[in-house]
Amino acid sequence: MARPINLIWVFALLSILAVGGGTAVLPEMERLTVQHFHWITEGQFRDMYSLGQVAPGPNMTMVLLIGYKVSGALGALAVGLAFFLPDCILTLVVHRMWDRLKSSPWRTAVQHGMAPVAIGLMASGTYAVARLSIFNLTSLLIAAAVFVLLLWRHFNPVLLVLAGGLAYMLLPHVVHLFPH
Amino acid sequence: MANDVSALGQPASPSAVSLGRIFGTFLKAGLISFGGGAVAYQREYIVSANRWFDDESFLDALEISQALPGLNSVNLSVIVGDKLAGTLGALAAVLGFVLPGAIVIMASGVVWGGQQRNPNVRYFLIGVAAAAVGLLSTVALRLGHKQFVNPLDLGIILASFGAVTFLRVPLYVVLLVIAPCAVWLYHRGADGVAIEQRARHLRERLRHRHVMYIRH
Repeated sequence: MARPINLIWVFALLSILAVGGGTAVLPEMERLTVQHFHWITEGQFRDMYSLGQVAPGPNMTMVLLIGYKVSGALGALAVGLAFFLPDCILTLVVHRMWDRLKSSPWRTAVQHGMAPVAIGLMASGTYAVARLSIFNLTSLLIAAAVFVLLLWRHFNPVLLVLAGGLAYMLLPHVVHLFPH
Repeated sequence: MANDVSALGQPASPSAVSLGRIFGTFLKAGLISFGGGAVAYQREYIVSANRWFDDESFLDALEISQALPGLNSVNLSVIVGDKLAGTLGALAAVLGFVLPGAIVIMASGVVWGGQQRNPNVRYFLIGVAAAAVGLLSTVALRLGHKQFVNPLDLGIILASFGAVTFLRVPLYVVLLVIAPCAVWLYHRGADGVAIEQRARHLRERLRHRHVMYIRH
């Protein structure tokens, strides 16, 4: 049984490292919670992530489930505070002095240098989800279909995500070519 | 009084908006934003419905939110709440925005906890994750469409992707090594004109992304 104190520092660390948003920090979250601390399994990590996809608001509220699994309601609360509070305080402090930073030549350098880093990290987050969810023809087709549909037209993503879930659940029953 | 100020399309003065109203507004935004792109829903309430911010200051706030670690939509809530009512306003905005999702995810987590052996539940969640891969790929592609064709940017993208994915380097090492190198390369290579040009590009990109978001 993990102690809440470990939960707090792990998620506070993830909070500070979340350059490029929640997706960017997914591989590190998986590394720490699954491989390093064995709090949850790979499958549970994927399922919690999926629940976050279909819940309203920021998808990353799924971190609460990891806290809940590890030490109940107190764990969920601890993770919620640890994951959201550090970034909020940082934003509160930095945005108040942003105008002073505006004229610094470093500011644009930081923004332009960090943009490709953030994109690379988002790509690695995408790969981390893919590794846990794409392991047969059916799941590969679902990912490809969503990708093509979204490039073609602007669907509401949550509808496509729900459709993907239903397709994986039902398609193998209907067409025997597609495995589970 | 608050309405008089908003009618002019200018940000309301800090004392004009109550904490309850901030909380309630962000609660609504948090409740209806599904499937990512939460920033677009926030814009609806912050710029269109309440006229707390004009488009330009909203983009400024978004730019800061993206530059800092953390979720863009949560960082944006902090900035808007703080501008409207100080630190407590920021707290009200974040709590309002995150609370609906937190409640739904906890409820669904409890249900899921009891259904983990149900194959249909498992299959459904695998399908959701697979679909999310398609979604995340388009987001990364759209965000980085300029960076993917610039050799220096592409090199930095591949370095950070490869370090995390294949070399399994801890994220803090990547951020302490690759990020400062990237920033230094840009700082060194950037004279005044280039900086201005890039700042304009960045702004256009934000605007483009912003438009893309509000289309759904």
